[in-house]
Amino acid sequence: MAITPNPYKTTGALGWIDDRFPLTKMWKEHLSEYYAPKNFNFWYFFGSLALLVLVNQLLTGIFLTMHYKPGAETAFDSVEYIMRDVPWGNVIRYMHSTGASAFFVVVFLHMFRGLMYGSYQKPRELIWVFGALIFLVLMAEAFCGYVLPWGNMSYWGAAVIINLFGTIPFIGPDLVVWIQGDFVPSDATLNRLFSIHVIALPFVLVGLVVAHILALHEVGSNNPDGVEIKKNKDPATGIPKDGIPFHPYYTVKDLVGVAGFLILFCAVIFFMPDGGGYFLEAPNFTPASQTNTPEHITPAWYFGTYYAMLRATPSFAGTQIWGVIVMGAAVVILFFVPWLDKSKVKSIRYKGSLSKIALTVFAINFVILNYYGLQPPSAAVQLISQIGTVIYFAFFLLMPWYSANEKTKPVPDRVTE
Amino acid sequence: MSNEGVDGNRRRFLTAATSVFGAAGAAAVAWPFLASLKPSARARALGAPVIADISTLEPGMRATYLWRGQPIWIVRRTPEMLASLDKVAAQLVDPDSKTPQQPAYITDKSRALKPEFMVMKGVCTHLGCSPILRADHPAPEIDTNWQGGFFCPCHGSKFDLAGRVYKGVPAPTNIIVPPHRYDGDTVVVIGEDPKTA
Repeated sequence: MAITPNPYKTTGALGWIDDRFPLTKMWKEHLSEYYAPKNFNFWYFFGSLALLVLVNQLLTGIFLTMHYKPGAETAFDSVEYIMRDVPWGNVIRYMHSTGASAFFVVVFLHMFRGLMYGSYQKPRELIWVFGALIFLVLMAEAFCGYVLPWGNMSYWGAAVIINLFGTIPFIGPDLVVWIQGDFVPSDATLNRLFSIHVIALPFVLVGLVVAHILALHEVGSNNPDGVEIKKNKDPATGIPKDGIPFHPYYTVKDLVGVAGFLILFCAVIFFMPDGGGYFLEAPNFTPASQTNTPEHITPAWYFGTYYAMLRATPSFAGTQIWGVIVMGAAVVILFFVPWLDKSKVKSIRYKGSLSKIALTVFAINFVILNYYGLQPPSAAVQLISQIGTVIYFAFFLLMPWYSANEKTKPVPDRVTE
Repeated sequence: MSNEGVDGNRRRFLTAATSVFGAAGAAAVAWPFLASLKPSARARALGAPVIADISTLEPGMRATYLWRGQPIWIVRRTPEMLASLDKVAAQLVDPDSKTPQQPAYITDKSRALKPEFMVMKGVCTHLGCSPILRADHPAPEIDTNWQGGFFCPCHGSKFDLAGRVYKGVPAPTNIIVPPHRYDGDTVVVIGEDPKTA
């Protein structure tokens, strides 16, 4: 199929560009003539907010890198230098550290929206898979960034996470040395995590976000009713009857979401930049020490759920790899959701009570696991985490059963108001 | 494009040969990048043995040394501390230290060349945190039968005063005893095996 340059026959300066680059075409396809369902609710804010936070992270990250000095001897001091001596450095750093937490808040809600309205169902499987990949890369990116200030929590967090690879039989210990570039987390480790954090993963992340959006615009957005708006097009124009152009309608609507988000975001940056000890932890205000582990090691709050699963799994047959496998499986299982859901309907609005109960229990359980993943270890925490881990996996593994064996409600032909 | 007069076998052979050479070339290019991540010559040099003078270590006290960047503890165990090892044996995963978490020349059940001086890595066998010395007992918040030992703050693993792991905790094995030897009575060389006579 041949590409026709300038299909919209623009003229003048724009025409000159359109003859050579599909500027008008892209504008129309992705904004002014991208028809999104007219019934988006507030849950649809979180996709554009994730994009906003990504831009915030890239922008603040570029400026932080101008002052930050990777290296075991220099990293901690350079972060303090940013905080104390660089004009507005503290605000830029707080924007970055709060942005990391905001990223996970927004992405968790965005994923919950997808689960609620079946946005992963055919033909949107690849959108979901790209999204799950984004989540995976985001976790790696957050971990690398967490290590960079080289505080004591950074250091021991790095030790714990890198040692996860040491649980692999036979090659584990050598693999850990190779990853660290030393026998313990050290200067070499910090520098390579810096490289991954500022170059490798941001490239991958931006690429995946582009793929995520391209896949979305190829098939069109889902909506709270799970109705395919492309099935009901105006015969004259070919435009879906329930569709409205993304620009200006949703760009303006999303600006309202942006305003609301920024109020909360700025409130954290200005009034509680450490997020009550969850966004920036107290032990990380002391430099890394190879001989003193903090009294109570916790991961960043957004890893709590998965960390709880790691801790909940006891060692077995002389190896502790099972916890790592369980934690990894908890993320990998997300990729299979489009094929685990056997329901005839997309949206929770028309699914049966089993699906509604399952999703509600899953969401509450996710929060409970997250909480207990951050508590000091004890027998009670262990037991609750184990129960929570079982519920987490049951939600996914039983999905083929409960989504297929429940009475669904009839789905309307058109979206509801 | 016409495929007339094309020697299919010849074309397949050339395609396969080019692919194989291309793959070999890609592997050769990948090698320096992957190998560059290994510990540098400087990092390996820092793995040299450490000399520890234990003449001033008081009974019941612990000294910490740094070898290969990891904490190495020397605990001077009192007779009471040594006696505690038998009291907790039933609660341990590997009370006889059958798993080779210590050099082969350390055979005593106290896991030391000289029972009085316990030399061990200060690193939890779960995920590499540094456990805390909790010689005080009883300590019911740790264990109802706590006789003193090491408690890992990260995930609650428990070890006795010979670094042997308790049952039912995340850590699967006893704490590692690094290679070490005595140079005279009061000097320990960490990182070197005893000289066999």
